[in-house]
Amino acid sequence: MADYDIADTVDITDVVCPVTFVKAKVAIEELDDGDVLDVHMNDGEPVQNVPRSMKEEGHQILKLIDNKDGTYDLIVKKVGE
Amino acid sequence: MAVDYAALKAGGFMRQKQKDTFSLRLKVVGGTVTADQLAAVQDVANKYGHGYVHLTARQGIEIPFIQLKDIDAVKADLAKGGVVPGVCGPRVRTVTACQGGRCCPSGCIDALDIAEKLDKRYFGRELNHKFKFGVTGCRNNCLKTEENDFGVKGGYDVKWKEDACIGCGVCVKACREGAITQDEDGKIHVDYAKCNNCGRCVKSCPADAWDYTPGFIVTFGGTFGNNMRFGEEAVPFIKDEDTLFRVADATIDFFAENGLPSERFFKTLERVGWDKFKVVVNDAYNGKTKKKGDETDG
Repeated sequence: MADYDIADTVDITDVVCPVTFVKAKVAIEELDDGDVLDVHMNDGEPVQNVPRSMKEEGHQILKLIDNKDGTYDLIVKKVGE
Repeated sequence: MAVDYAALKAGGFMRQKQKDTFSLRLKVVGGTVTADQLAAVQDVANKYGHGYVHLTARQGIEIPFIQLKDIDAVKADLAKGGVVPGVCGPRVRTVTACQGGRCCPSGCIDALDIAEKLDKRYFGRELNHKFKFGVTGCRNNCLKTEENDFGVKGGYDVKWKEDACIGCGVCVKACREGAITQDEDGKIHVDYAKCNNCGRCVKSCPADAWDYTPGFIVTFGGTFGNNMRFGEEAVPFIKDEDTLFRVADATIDFFAENGLPSERFFKTLERVGWDKFKVVVNDAYNGKTKKKGDETDG
């Protein structure tokens, strides 16, 4: 169900917690309300924590894609300015 | 007149090796002290002690080097600042707690609130030996509850909400017990035999797709002094405070009725039998016990 257009992609596989979320947060703040961000992240801590953290910031999680290579792509829709 | 050291000890005054000198243990619940209380403690430590305090292993404060002659004045000064002495000896001791769900993102219960309630119910109660309560907000167990005679950990009883789920699978990854699986249709399945109520599925979920009931995982008979024992679970996950306090009442009563003088709770359990204790606490868990003075003709 690719019923969304990705406005931007951010790769957080090169940083560790808590910078993972900070980097994702900065990326989504650059976007406009309703834009969709693709957050490319590692398995482990990031995938357990970043989705929830984005949700707690008020954004809407659309999907989490398992790339089967130890990475995931979190598809988030920005809510608010 | 002879000094009643037992009475002083019961009132929190610990005799030091120096003659007529005491380390005053203060009452602290769940490691929480107000700034105003600290000011009173500061004044007393400067005026009557040696200008310092000791933080105890159980989250308390002691003011060392209080002289016997000053005890009444010290108590009066502390009372003005809302500070009261703690207890030592064979009775229910300081209830310890982490900050729990009041502040901590991991907390499943308000550990401080439970600690305050346990303190109100049992603090200072005379028993055959010391008895310790500890409360922690979650399975991370920062408070190390198994070292207590009665240890409480917060947890969640969980149920998947299919209609809210986006099928992301984060909960499968977050579960450390391997209790959650996702089938080909994206549906989540929980193996409750493996679930340890840690609540990580709930806390990690980006879609609020879990119903959950906060509750308590209790361990009994822990101690970390001359002998060491981890407290052990003896009842299922407790889903409400009434049941928690029923189980706590039954535990304290069991110790009061079966313990020998100077015998720690784990030794009572080993001597009298865990089997016998388990029957008692499970009856309490199931609401089969009656509170004392609560007998009706039913």
